[in-house]
Amino acid sequence: MVQIKRIQEDGTDIIIPIGEIDASSSIELDLTIAKSVGEGFTKILIDCSTLEYISSAGLGVFMSYIEEFSDKSIKMVLFGMNDKVLNTFEILGLSELLTIVKTKDEAKQKV
Amino acid sequence: MRTKALPRLLFLVAGITWVSLLFTDLLIVFSVRSNIEPGLPVWLPGVLFNLFLVSLYYFYKFRLDREEQFNFVDLLWRVFATGLVITVISLLLRLIDYLPGTSKLTNLLIYVEATYIISLGLISGFLMASFIVWKRLILYQKSKWLLRLWNFFEAGLLVALVYNSLELPDADWIYNILMGILIVTGLVLSANMKWVAYLNFRQKLTSLLLLLLAIFYVMYLFYTTNSQAIAAFGEGTGFVDHRTHILFQSLFIFVTIYSVFSFLVILFNLPTTSVFEQKLEEVVNFQRISQSVQTEQNEESVYNILLETSMSTVFADAGWLEIKDNDHDHRLFTSHISEKEANEIIEHFRKEHVTGVLDQSQDKTKGLSKHLASLRGSRFRSILAFPIYVKGKDIGTLALLKELADGFNREMTKIVSAFANQAGISIENFRLLEEALQSERYKEELKIAKTVQKSLLPQVLSEHEDFELAAFSESADEVGGDYYDTLRISDTQSALIVADVSGKGTTAAFHMSQMKGIFHSLAQSCLPPEEFMIRTNRALANCLGRGSFISATFFMINTQEKKVNYSRAGHCPLLYYSAFDKTARYLKDKGVALGMVRNNTYDKFIEAYSFAYQPNDVMVLYTDGITEAKNTKGDEYGYDRLLDAMLEVKDRSARDIQEHLINRLYEFTGTENINDDYTTMIVKFR
Repeated sequence: MVQIKRIQEDGTDIIIPIGEIDASSSIELDLTIAKSVGEGFTKILIDCSTLEYISSAGLGVFMSYIEEFSDKSIKMVLFGMNDKVLNTFEILGLSELLTIVKTKDEAKQKV
Repeated sequence: MRTKALPRLLFLVAGITWVSLLFTDLLIVFSVRSNIEPGLPVWLPGVLFNLFLVSLYYFYKFRLDREEQFNFVDLLWRVFATGLVITVISLLLRLIDYLPGTSKLTNLLIYVEATYIISLGLISGFLMASFIVWKRLILYQKSKWLLRLWNFFEAGLLVALVYNSLELPDADWIYNILMGILIVTGLVLSANMKWVAYLNFRQKLTSLLLLLLAIFYVMYLFYTTNSQAIAAFGEGTGFVDHRTHILFQSLFIFVTIYSVFSFLVILFNLPTTSVFEQKLEEVVNFQRISQSVQTEQNEESVYNILLETSMSTVFADAGWLEIKDNDHDHRLFTSHISEKEANEIIEHFRKEHVTGVLDQSQDKTKGLSKHLASLRGSRFRSILAFPIYVKGKDIGTLALLKELADGFNREMTKIVSAFANQAGISIENFRLLEEALQSERYKEELKIAKTVQKSLLPQVLSEHEDFELAAFSESADEVGGDYYDTLRISDTQSALIVADVSGKGTTAAFHMSQMKGIFHSLAQSCLPPEEFMIRTNRALANCLGRGSFISATFFMINTQEKKVNYSRAGHCPLLYYSAFDKTARYLKDKGVALGMVRNNTYDKFIEAYSFAYQPNDVMVLYTDGITEAKNTKGDEYGYDRLLDAMLEVKDRSARDIQEHLINRLYEFTGTENINDDYTTMIVKFR
């Protein structure tokens, strides 16, 4: 199960998923990102420091926004991943398609 | 056949005994008159009369007591009809007395005796018929205790019968005690009038009339018999008097008492009948609501039944049922009121900030009617409204209206409240039923998908002189999308693939079948692995749904060059054991999963690799279901454990390695029910 929080800092939307994202909770993540886009944010940060696990369905959510974001020039940066989660991104090659950094400060610079 | 023959036989026996009784009595009279010893035992008339009564009893018992289905008025009607026939016969006989020119006949001794016996027979028949019917009425909704009392009563009657046959001399006290006991028991039994409550007003009126006539018959018949007996005795000695027959008397008293009791009870119950009927109606309505859940096809029918039944129960003039589907939408079911009118009233209450609609307390609902008075142009003067809860959630309001002021009393409020509760339960049940059906359908779908998925995996792996293969795949309850396949393209070229479709369920199974199709069509043409991936990605880009992707590793084994060409598209890194180095490692190469990049830039994200193999090298292909399998503590199986497990059996056959890996996995998880799909394919070079 996952709990998703959102905070806004200097025009940047920070989405914080807490817990595990599996097939069913990935829908929630999808809705949150869609909401953020709908509200007109062009800078979206995903704080993954409290993300313990992500399934392929959850990764699919990030993947599905890649093209849309590049078309609309929305920037999305993920940060603070633990090694295990990062490994999942890396194995799938998503780390090459997404911007993934270590810290929040780095992330803020990237967007 | 038996059931019909038996009453007929009994009737015949009754007839014969009655005729014998007639002749015996006549014989006795003649004998006494002629001062001759009758030559017949003194007990004979008594015994014959007893036999007559017993056969009558069984005759009516078989005729009236056997029917399973009956209604009370029908039973009373039978008593009435029997009485009518008997009375008419009796009256006709009496008519002879008054016919001119019959005085000679009527003065005859034989005639007086005969009419007496006939009357006795008639009244006995009527009493016995009534007795059996009364028995059924009394024993309606019987208790154990009541049944025992009745059996005692019947036993008492039997004792009376035997006593009568014995003709004990100077035993008046026995007679009195027996009579007393029978009368008291009869009185106690007569207090059982439960059946009266089940009659409706019309039936009660009919019953009253029928009972009145029955009382009249019994009185008339008794009077006739009695007067005839007196007349007969006046004629002289020798008559056998059956009036003191104890059973006969007990029957007469019991039948009369119960008839009078029933008559009075029905009479006094008449005014309250409507209340009882209303209660019954309520129960029936409750039942209707509950049953509608099983029989009705949709929620709307349940709502309509609820509205109708609650309206009819409290005699409301109109009503509506407001169901909130979500915060904004609501549906309105109305009866005898237009939607516009109902909305006006709802709007009016909202404006007045009346919260009573959602409150079950009596005062608030009274307050509602006051507010209704302030709505101009409304024909309604009273309103009753209750919320309907499903699983503690307020899903709507039931409102009932009357044109009369103060039209709803406390009782009605309670009933409607109960209705609203019942409706909540019914709707909840209905929804649960729907959900259960849905999930059943879903499960069925999954079953099919699982079968499809299983059938997509190869039954036979295409091995080669240079390498042997072993594979294992198991899917979780939810269908996943693990896929592996092999294809021998030529003598020197073999293609291998292991893939994992994202997501679960039927969609995953369909994507997997697409992957299989692509593999078998593209691998045929012996493409270099990266080209295979690029083309596959292009094909899948148009097939995969949003957010779906497939991770895969594709291998081309060239046995001539002793070389493996492969390309990894986001799949788990290959575990490779080199017999030369005697080491195992994961080959973590670059590569993005299929379907992630859906434009023509995918070639930038996929690469090809190759290595030379040597005999006894081992390749372990697997899906993340293995490395991500968790034990009870929540630890993942991980890459290291997989590698260690492989090293333990690196020199064994492909099949042995595969079995060992899976066994080690089960040892770790402690169960074979891993909550994911897990697949492994072992390639062992020779």
